[in-house]
Amino acid sequence: MIRQDFSRVDPKRRAALDYKKKQFAKPEFKQQDYEHRLNFYVLPPTAEITLEEFEIWAINRLKVLSELEACSFRNRTLEETETYMSSILDKYLPLHSNSSRSSTLQEERKKDHYSHFILRLAFSATEDLRRRFSRLETTLFRLRFKDDNLRERVQFVNSLGLEWEKIDKEEREELASELTAAGGYGKGEEQGWFKVDFERVPELVEGRRVLLKRGKAYVPMREQQSIVVAEFTRKLDEALELTARQLPRIDEDDRLAPILAHLSQSFTAPDAAYSTSDANIDGLSTPTAASIDTLAQHFPLCMHNLHSTLRANSHLKHFGRLQYTLFLKGIGLSLDECIMFWRRSFKLMADDKFNKEYKYNIRHAYGDVGGDANRRGRGYTPYSCQKLLTEPLPGPGQAHGCPYRTYTTDNLIALLQRTGVNDRDTLKSVREDVGRQRYHIACNRVFEWTHKREIKKVKDDGSWGAAELDTILHPNTYFKRSWLLKHLGEGNAGVVGGASQDKMDVGE
Amino acid sequence: MPHSISPEASPADDSTLPLADAQPLSNGVKEEPSSTSQDVTMSDAASPSEAEKNKVVLEGLFDDDDSDDEFSSSAPQIRPEEAPSPEPLKIKPSTTFSDPEVMRAFYQRLFPFRYLFQWLNHSPSPTNDFAHREFAFTLQNDAYLRYQSFPTSDLLRKQCIQMIPSRFEIGPVYSANPRDRKTLRKASAFRPLSKELVFDIDMTDYDDIRTCCTGANICLSCWSFITMAIKVVDVALREDFGFKHILWVYSGRRGAHAWVCDKRARDLDDQKRRAVAGYLELLKGGAQGGKKVNAKRPLHPHLERSLAILRDYFQTSILLDQDPWSSDRSAHLLDLLPDASLRAALQKKWDSAPSRPSSMKWADIDSLAASGALSTLDPKSLKEMKQDIVLEYTYPRLDAEVSKKLNHLLKSPFCVHPGTGRVCVPIDTRKVEEFDPLGVPTVTQLLGEIDTWDREHRQNEEVVVEEEDGVSSSQKQVSDWEKTSLKPYVDLFRGFVNRLLKDEKGVKREREEGGNAMEF
Repeated sequence: MIRQDFSRVDPKRRAALDYKKKQFAKPEFKQQDYEHRLNFYVLPPTAEITLEEFEIWAINRLKVLSELEACSFRNRTLEETETYMSSILDKYLPLHSNSSRSSTLQEERKKDHYSHFILRLAFSATEDLRRRFSRLETTLFRLRFKDDNLRERVQFVNSLGLEWEKIDKEEREELASELTAAGGYGKGEEQGWFKVDFERVPELVEGRRVLLKRGKAYVPMREQQSIVVAEFTRKLDEALELTARQLPRIDEDDRLAPILAHLSQSFTAPDAAYSTSDANIDGLSTPTAASIDTLAQHFPLCMHNLHSTLRANSHLKHFGRLQYTLFLKGIGLSLDECIMFWRRSFKLMADDKFNKEYKYNIRHAYGDVGGDANRRGRGYTPYSCQKLLTEPLPGPGQAHGCPYRTYTTDNLIALLQRTGVNDRDTLKSVREDVGRQRYHIACNRVFEWTHKREIKKVKDDGSWGAAELDTILHPNTYFKRSWLLKHLGEGNAGVVGGASQDKMDVGE
Repeated sequence: MPHSISPEASPADDSTLPLADAQPLSNGVKEEPSSTSQDVTMSDAASPSEAEKNKVVLEGLFDDDDSDDEFSSSAPQIRPEEAPSPEPLKIKPSTTFSDPEVMRAFYQRLFPFRYLFQWLNHSPSPTNDFAHREFAFTLQNDAYLRYQSFPTSDLLRKQCIQMIPSRFEIGPVYSANPRDRKTLRKASAFRPLSKELVFDIDMTDYDDIRTCCTGANICLSCWSFITMAIKVVDVALREDFGFKHILWVYSGRRGAHAWVCDKRARDLDDQKRRAVAGYLELLKGGAQGGKKVNAKRPLHPHLERSLAILRDYFQTSILLDQDPWSSDRSAHLLDLLPDASLRAALQKKWDSAPSRPSSMKWADIDSLAASGALSTLDPKSLKEMKQDIVLEYTYPRLDAEVSKKLNHLLKSPFCVHPGTGRVCVPIDTRKVEEFDPLGVPTVTQLLGEIDTWDREHRQNEEVVVEEEDGVSSSQKQVSDWEKTSLKPYVDLFRGFVNRLLKDEKGVKREREEGGNAMEF
């Protein structure tokens, strides 16, 4: 059969199309009216906003998301997060319910809507960013969903058009005993159920937590939240994927692109900045090139790995050198000692080659050479876990990055066992953490196991507070804490204070 | 034919050894031009030199297979059946089912390619459901050819006759033709789209509770484990998930496969497959795991129903036939009882009567508990614990990994099991209890039956012209499979496929109408 070619505009239609009108016509977008407090962010914003608003709204939302992430790093429960976040949300991203009759209702919702889409643009570029963004946005949505006004929540859920049927009274009475048996709770509770296709609630089906009849799952009302949230995540993930594909097509150079790039960069290191106090460790005599080997026992796995690779090969590739140099700088190794360290480590190399090809990079990292900004800023900041976890994966022959992320699980376990971690439970938990991509949790777990006696001691005698035993988010913090714990009895116990106050203003 | 596949042009697969390529092709090239009517003569009387050649090369290669201890146990069951059939098909006493000529004759004359095609294609005229479907061949030398695909059933048949795979497996429908996967510009353009939801039940998972046989052997009394499993899983898939087209297939030795063919089941992604498998899975923990069933109370309706089905089997198949706690095996039963004083009392009683059968021991639990031997358990939790034990001994043990992945391959129905020679026939769920795995015909037996039938009918008919299976001609109405004991199984399969096609037609029409409505 011959198909008609519809791409050609047939002559009759062309007459109706007045190009003059078309050219100068304003695009007719429906101004969005925000009926509900919550938003599934399905429709992108269409109105115009100023560049300033663009940036400020995005930064505000970013602050909220970073705080949320900090909460999850600190293993706060949902309730703790909720109380902690409420003031932050009020400050940066307030969102009132319809019943509050606030005059800025539409404005607030507009800001929430727009900022979400701006950040979506900024964080769709890499898989890692997408995953983090989707996780944090989901958490935010869950928080808001939970404390939404009950009636408005019902309205919102109904507006989503999720295909679920409420079951009527007759059906409910007919299935009463089975429903109770499947749901697994007492008869006293007055509960509603609704029916969806079983494909919609795979987790509930897998755990046999719902009644199934002819392909329909009877889901108790209290599971509604998980379905709505799952739907939110699913839609967001899909949309992020699409955004990522469209991203290269934004033919835009100097207005939005820098803002977007800046946003995604600041997201990568939210709160794990390196502080100079990490370099001042009481009781630790200034490290020298010769003492690195002894100190290496306190290094986190990422640095320990680089150190042993360096010792084995008498060489490290560029990014490995950079990561390790900055770490050494962070523990207080001076530039001269650092150059000495690398010179001795590259023992198969002629002086000439070393001076020509390697020395400059080390000096650059310390801010001894380079542009004005670099020198004023005293070189680069030591890399944080966030940085190590979000940079591209190492290629062949490279050893940089976080081993918890870059190694396959089996190799990682073998590596850990070589460094003396042989507790089966710890290794098992590490395996699980890594499987769920919670690399820093795995690292902290190993730290807690290797220092369990010392941690118990300082906890028991109360010399270290909770702040000093907070989750480690920086390799240099790992080193400092490890060194201090292992040298408890030497007149310096408990001197960890001043953490994260005087941040080094470097790194631009 | 959209593009004919000549042996030279079909670049078998990169995963094959050169040997695998060369061997079947040298057999196949000569066969290739032979029209279907010649098939019989080919298999009946292959020229002596060629037969000779095949024998030397192939038997030399595959001797290992026969002496493999995995197969040795079942082989003796086959051999006696072959002896009394000195037929023109050259089923000599020495002929075994792994003989390439026997397998070739099987693919030529018996295998129901037509219905297999309709089953996978979901429509009478070829679609991508079939053309983009992956087939994986296990050749006679154990080389494994993945990513085979065929535009039509004839081409699949042709390659089977050429390569004589000892079996072949069916994978998912891909987004592109599996044979073209390397030529696609983007790797992501090649991904699995749909496949039947499959389940695999294998007797190996029952080894710790079956007492009658071990390893690859089965008897009727341990087959009842599979019967129970089929009943429980089948009813759950139909009533809970609402699936209608469920094909149960004997795996050829000691297990069964289920193919859930509803459109809705075929489109499930990995996560949802995992959900269905998880729903049906109950037993947790390995050999050292202790009590394997710890069901939540009240029992989920699915478990309640399963328990009702299984309770009767527990009395007969388990307690009487398997007698799982005879003599000192009762230690395991004691391990499952959480109450120390009850355990001690039972231990004492059973030690004094070592030959006490399991059914009495099972009753002893109640009688001793009633006489006050319980210290920590109330009657209700004792009852629940007994339910758990019943479930541990009867509830289906699925090989769940098979079900969880969309791109998992599973052996095709009607293949010949290379160890037993039995054909993987469908099981009629209406008469699942009558199914006798040891009565399933073997490939050699079937070929013998064709000859017997032909001999009996030759007096009446002069001309014998062979037709492809299922295709009738004026001269001859009877396909080869109809002459054998494979007939009821093929009929069963045909009925299943027809019902599936009827439903698919409805789905397709709906889809088309929906599409039209959008356009205008």
